[in-house]
Amino acid sequence: MKKLLVLSALAAMLASGTALADTSGKKIAFSNNYAGNSWRQAMLDSYGIVTKKAVADKVVAAADIFTTADKEVPTQAAQVQNLILQGYDAIVINAASPDALNGAIKQACDAGIVVVSFDGIVTEPCAYRVVVDFKDMGRQEVEQMAKFQPKGGNLLEIRGLAGTSIDDAIHAGILEGVAAHPEFKIVGSVTGDWDQTTAQKAVATILPSLPDIVGIVDQGGDGYGAAQAFAAAGKPRPTIIMGNRQDELKWWKEQKDKDGYQTWSASIAPGVSSLAFWVAQQVLDGRTDIPHDLLVPYLAFTQDDFEAALPKIKEGGVATHEYTQEDAIAAIKANIK
Amino acid sequence: MTAAAIENQLKGASTRNAAARARLLRSLLPALSLALVLLAIAWLNPRAISYFGFSLMLNLAIPIALATIAQMFVIAGNELDLSIGTFVGFVGCVTATWLKDAPLLGIVVLAGSIGVYALLGALIHMRNLPSIVVTLGMSFVWQGLAILILPKPGGKAPDWLLSLMAFKPPFIPFPIIAALLIAVVVHFGLMRTSYGVILRGSGGNAAALKRAGWSLLKTKIVLFALTGLFGVLSGMALIGITTSADANIGNGYTLLAIAGVILGGGEFVGGRVSPIGAVLGALTLALAASPLLTFMHIPPDWQVAANGAILIIVLAARVLISRRER
Repeated sequence: MKKLLVLSALAAMLASGTALADTSGKKIAFSNNYAGNSWRQAMLDSYGIVTKKAVADKVVAAADIFTTADKEVPTQAAQVQNLILQGYDAIVINAASPDALNGAIKQACDAGIVVVSFDGIVTEPCAYRVVVDFKDMGRQEVEQMAKFQPKGGNLLEIRGLAGTSIDDAIHAGILEGVAAHPEFKIVGSVTGDWDQTTAQKAVATILPSLPDIVGIVDQGGDGYGAAQAFAAAGKPRPTIIMGNRQDELKWWKEQKDKDGYQTWSASIAPGVSSLAFWVAQQVLDGRTDIPHDLLVPYLAFTQDDFEAALPKIKEGGVATHEYTQEDAIAAIKANIK
Repeated sequence: MTAAAIENQLKGASTRNAAARARLLRSLLPALSLALVLLAIAWLNPRAISYFGFSLMLNLAIPIALATIAQMFVIAGNELDLSIGTFVGFVGCVTATWLKDAPLLGIVVLAGSIGVYALLGALIHMRNLPSIVVTLGMSFVWQGLAILILPKPGGKAPDWLLSLMAFKPPFIPFPIIAALLIAVVVHFGLMRTSYGVILRGSGGNAAALKRAGWSLLKTKIVLFALTGLFGVLSGMALIGITTSADANIGNGYTLLAIAGVILGGGEFVGGRVSPIGAVLGALTLALAASPLLTFMHIPPDWQVAANGAILIIVLAARVLISRRER
C-alpha cells in the first residue's frame, strides 16, 4: 500500500513535468546593460525582491545582478564572457542589441549555460526569449475602445520609438483591431517615443488639423502628454488608453473622481525580469519541453482595479508585478501547443 | 683631475642612473599593472587563469588594442582622434554587410575610408586646424554613415573572418598571439625603422624635422592613414568576435583608446609613445574594466562607479611614476 502511494506520488511528479532535478545548487546571473530610467529601476527592484526570496528559500544557490558601466554592446559581450568564466549555470539577460551579442551568447550556450533573454531579446537560436504579446495589446486597445465608444468614430494613434520591434508589434495589433471594428477610423498618427513631453508636443502639433477625435490608441508613456495637449487646446477630452505610468493613472483617477471618466491601461511590466528568472530556473530544473520563444501576457488595469494599484507605484514610476514560479509554469504551459 | 671634477662626474653619473631607472620603471609600468590586474583576477577566480579563460577574457581586448594603436599614431603626431570609436562602428557595419555580400565593394569602401583619414591629416596640417574639432565633427559623420548602412542591428560577419577570430592554436590562446603580433609589428615599424623615427619626430620636434628637409605634410598624412588602417582592423576584429553589427558598437572605444595609450606610457605631446605599452595598456583596461569588476561581486548600484574608480586607480599609478621621472 505504502509502495503504491510512493509510486503514484512519483508518477504525479513526473506528469506535472516539474521538479525533475534539484536547482538548489545552481547559480543564475543577470546581465543588464542599462539602469538609468524608472522602468529599468523597477525591473531591477522586482528582480531583486523575487531572487532574494528564491535564494533564501534555497530554490537556487545564487542570483547575482551585473549592470554594465555603459550601454555599449562590446561591454556587455565581455560581461557575458566573464559570467561564463564565473561558472554560472544560467544567464538572464536584457541585451543591448538583438544581434550583436550573438557571438557571446553562443559561447555561453556552448559552455552549457542556459540563456534567457527578455525585453531586449537576443536572436541567437540557442537562447530563450521571453516576449510580451505586444500585438495582442494593440488589438485589445481597440477592443476596449469599442466598449467605451460603442458608436465608433475617429481615432488618433500615438506611435513609439521608430524602428523598434515593440512599436511595430503594437501598431500591427492596433491595425488588426481597427479592421475588426470598422466603426473606428484612424485619422491621424504621430510619434511619441513613449515619452510624455514628446507625445504632448506631437499631439499639440497635429491637433488643429484633425476632425473630432473620440479616442486615442497609444503605446504607454504617452497618454498623460496627449491629455495635456487636448486640455491646452481646449478640445473635448477623448478616451485615452493609458500605459500603466504613475502620472497616467493619477490623471485617470482625477478624471474619474470628477465625472466618472472611463478608460483602460496596459503595458509591459518591468517585473517580467522575475518571470525570465523563473523560466531559467525551470530550464535548469531539467524541463526540456519549454519553447525557446515564450509569449507572455502584458499587465493591464481596468476601471475597477487601477485605483488599488496606484498607491503602490512610485512617483514618476511604472506599475509592476513580481511573478512567481507558478506564474512561470502557467506561462510556459500556455506556450506549449 | 681635481676632486671637484670627479665629484661632479659622479653626480652626473648618479642622476643619469636615476633617470635611467625611472625610464626603466616607466617602460615596465604597463607590464606591471597588467600583472597586478591578472594577479587580482587569479586570486578572485582561479578558474579564469586557463586556456579557455584567457581566450574568453582577452578576445574582446584585441579590437581595443587595435583601436589603441590607431589612436597612438595620431598622438605620436601631437594630435587626438575623437572619431576612432564611431569609425570602428562604421567599419563594423561595412564588414557585416558589404564585405560579406559584395566583397569588392566592401574592400573599396574600407580602403576609401583610410583615404579619408589621410585627407583629414592633410587638411589638419595645411589649414592648421585643431584635430579635436575636425575629428569630433567626423565622429558624427561616421556614426551617420553607419546608421545609413545598417539602420537596425544585424548583418553577419564574413565566414573567413569568423573562422579567423575563432582560431584555436595549440597551447597559447589566440588573443595572446594576436596581441604579441600587433605589438611586435608596430614596435618594429615605429621604433626601429628610420622613417618611424621621422614620424615620432614630427611630434617631438617638428621645427627641426622641417629644417632637415622632411615634409611635415607627408608625416601627418602617413600618421592619419595608419590610424585609419588600424581603425579598420579594429572594426573587422570586433565584428569577427560579435558575429553581427550594430551602428553604436564602437562608441565606447574613443576614450578607451586614449586611456590605453596614456596607460601604456605615452604622452599627449612630444611624440613619446610606446606600441608595446599601448597594447599592454589596452589589455589592462579591458581586463580591469570587465572581468575584474564582474569577479569582485560589487552590489549592482555601485558597479558603474566601481568601474570608473578602477580606471582612475590604474591611471593614477602611471601618473605617480612619471612624476618621479621629472
